[in-house]
Amino acid sequence: MAEMHQKASGTKTETNPRYERYRPKRHDPGMSIFWWIRKWPYVRFISRELTSILVAVYAILLIVQLSALSRGEQAWQALLDWFATPYSIGLHVVILLCVLFHSITWFNLAPTAMVVKIGKKRIPGTAIVAMNYLMWIFLSGAVAWIVLSV
Amino acid sequence: MTDKKNNDPFWWTLFGAGGTISAFFIPIHVILLGIAIPLGWAAAPDYEALIELVRHPLARIYLFALISLSLFHWAHRFRFTLYDGLQLKHLEQYIVVLCYGSAIVGSVIAAYLAFSI
Repeated sequence: MAEMHQKASGTKTETNPRYERYRPKRHDPGMSIFWWIRKWPYVRFISRELTSILVAVYAILLIVQLSALSRGEQAWQALLDWFATPYSIGLHVVILLCVLFHSITWFNLAPTAMVVKIGKKRIPGTAIVAMNYLMWIFLSGAVAWIVLSV
Repeated sequence: MTDKKNNDPFWWTLFGAGGTISAFFIPIHVILLGIAIPLGWAAAPDYEALIELVRHPLARIYLFALISLSLFHWAHRFRFTLYDGLQLKHLEQYIVVLCYGSAIVGSVIAAYLAFSI
């Protein structure tokens, strides 16, 4: 400690040559890139942020689907065959779990980002979350119905 | 106040729109095409009918918006995860170009496919 203090001491002042300004030069190791791993809320935060990677992966898979569709029936069938492999199904299960985590955290945060009022009364957050979930069910049903009934 | 122009509200709007559209629509796409149809729980739609469906103007807009906004959602979130998670604030310019640049390239491809199919 004494040694550190000696090293840390800075310039002498003019008025009192015996007084040294205290200027500690502490070593700053910076933050570890794994700063988030020790606390559960931080792990959840980072996991939530990382779900965006799977959202992007599925956006790319949608491009692949469009591309196969545009190249003709054979290309589309080849893609469907690949989709039936265990690798693809495993990948889609992982994507689904991450995207569900994204959807749930997104809808639960909606009242924080959005204040809806009727007259002067603010609609309670739980009502906004509930509306989001109902919309989610309705829209999912609509997409499933359209795709499966063509 | 700084003179530096701040584009964050613009990217944040795309991030927010992308987060919402992907939260509503991606799970059902994954369930249908990635799990239910491959496992035989539901019949695969006929190719001709499917391509006709995708050619509907609303379907083109929907697919383009879903892909593009999802990519921008990723770009914005991933940018800040790289900053905070990996402590890479000093590489800001490269990360910004990489993230939003990829999203823009993906959007152009999606637009081409969705509107030319």
